[in-house]
Amino acid sequence: MTQMTVNDAISAALAEEMRRDPSVLIFGEGVATKRRDLLGEFGPARVRNTPLAEGIIAGTAAGAAATGLRPVIDLLFAPFLCYAMDEIVNSAGKLRYISGGQFKFPMVVLAMTGAGWGVGAQHNHNIESWFVHSPGLKVAMPSTPADFKGLLKAAIRDDNPVLIFADIALGYSAGEVPDDIDAIPLGQAALRRTGDDVTLVSYAKTVGTCLAAADRLAEAGISADVLDLRSLKPLDEDAILRSVAKTGRLVVVHEASRLCGVGAEVAALVAEKAFASLRAPVLRLTGPDAPAPASFPLEQAFVPHADAVVAAVQSLVHGALAA
Amino acid sequence: MTALPPVEALERMMLERMMLIRAYEETLVDLHGRGRAAGTCTAIGQEASAVGVVAALTPDDLILTNHRSAGHLLARGADPGRMLAEVQGKSGGYCGGKSGSLHISARELGVVLTSTIVGGELALATGVGLSRSMQGGPGIVVCFFGDGAACEGRFHESLNLAAVWNLPILYVCENNQWQAFVHRKETMTADGVADHAAAYGIDSAVVDGNDPLAVFEAAAAAVAAIRRTGKPFLLEAMTYRLRGHFEPDDQSYVDPGELARWRERDPVILLRGRLERDGLLDASAAARMEEQVRAQMEAAAAFAEASPYPAPEELTRDVYA
Repeated sequence: MTQMTVNDAISAALAEEMRRDPSVLIFGEGVATKRRDLLGEFGPARVRNTPLAEGIIAGTAAGAAATGLRPVIDLLFAPFLCYAMDEIVNSAGKLRYISGGQFKFPMVVLAMTGAGWGVGAQHNHNIESWFVHSPGLKVAMPSTPADFKGLLKAAIRDDNPVLIFADIALGYSAGEVPDDIDAIPLGQAALRRTGDDVTLVSYAKTVGTCLAAADRLAEAGISADVLDLRSLKPLDEDAILRSVAKTGRLVVVHEASRLCGVGAEVAALVAEKAFASLRAPVLRLTGPDAPAPASFPLEQAFVPHADAVVAAVQSLVHGALAA
Repeated sequence: MTALPPVEALERMMLERMMLIRAYEETLVDLHGRGRAAGTCTAIGQEASAVGVVAALTPDDLILTNHRSAGHLLARGADPGRMLAEVQGKSGGYCGGKSGSLHISARELGVVLTSTIVGGELALATGVGLSRSMQGGPGIVVCFFGDGAACEGRFHESLNLAAVWNLPILYVCENNQWQAFVHRKETMTADGVADHAAAYGIDSAVVDGNDPLAVFEAAAAAVAAIRRTGKPFLLEAMTYRLRGHFEPDDQSYVDPGELARWRERDPVILLRGRLERDGLLDASAAARMEEQVRAQMEAAAAFAEASPYPAPEELTRDVYA
């Protein structure tokens, strides 16, 4: 086991995959400036700075991926992906299908998002569901350094475009990473805590929120399954349904806005396939339909907190929404 | 029979290809008119630019193109039957019917990542160029786009990155004067886009896009420079889109005088006339060419007609690798 931050875990995964496969390269805004170790080991052809031009970075990655390379690109902040939507959605996501399977796009897009730095709405926007909704793309949003390392390794080896969003607040958080960790398959959720009374489904930073809430609920005699989705597409539907079949109650927690968010998909899945198991309505705790503000108190108010999760679960078990 | 000198042989080959491209696109127009094909974009009038550039390439070179791709594909040797099948959504098409006319790729011919998003091909070309450059193999990358795409930000981003990274890309702007339903005079202050190249330190040339030999010579020089230096080059072929943006399109927005002037410069008629005047194409040879193209298009239409539609399970195949 080694203690490392999420940022270090990303570098470690990149280094291992670049050693393993000479077709892997990374480029983006400040990549060669910030990841000096990678530049030193792999040289300027495989670790490249780029102009601040997200569209051409993503397009270059798609073109390179279709013709034999495995690029990883760093687009810095998730909202900047708006400049790269055509290349990610229309090219990388569709040209395999449109061409009748003539091309594949083994590429990884990295970007940060989430509350914590007070950077405001043009640097903080949890847009993961946009890409879940777009065919041909895979999406992961891990919560631990070990998962960042394992999922990034899997994403680099995957023959499809994979977007990995890193929560800003998790970037410098440290955690144990097994020294021999290998690729963690996309599409496998992780059960972080086991309980019988309620299922808390989350991903990224709010997994920690759910774990904190589960501690407090345990003191009140309520035990919770805490399911960390890790991958949003493919989605581990079996893990969600298995847990809800056991607990009969579901609260989905994420920082992204509610409408058409991942929580809506999870709730619909459970309504369609596990309705008979439900003992209470499905609840979602999410960010509001508002841009993320910079002001610290407002930014904190944007994010679901443990208090709200505890209150929501108590309403399902003992309160107004209890069966 | 004595072999023709190389230039005349090349010109006859180019005329044959241009006649095939014209016949193919006229077939598309006809199919659309009879409700047998969905709306489509043609590049009638731009055949010389396609044929001239592609004739300057080797099989190792890769081509990116756009929604006006039929000329590039056929110049590269594409089977018109598989193209017609694709346009009609048939399983025998180059993309199994999932592309239709707008984004036909044919990897086996080196025509890759065709995109119908105006400017999309410019963003992908740098990646293909990066692969070529890093893999160290032979071959350069050619990216065909129009004057409309040159008004997209991606044109500038692409040129800038290709220049900064020394990518072996031949940018070919087919300036056909029209950007969908808008004349380029409404969207650009200059008559062309080649001048932009200098700002990025890229060499450029402008050529009469309706003269296939001139296009070939300019492209061959540009390709040689790229092979020698590994650096990008911008070639602008001044040409004209003789039909509308899309079928159907009555071109009521087009100045009749401008259209008439360019019709007089129809590249197929110009080349044929010159070869006949120079005694390089007699009436029987011309008739043989016409007959050959007609037979090719008949066979193509029969192939497309006989090709089945894709099976329902194709709907969700090849979404993911």
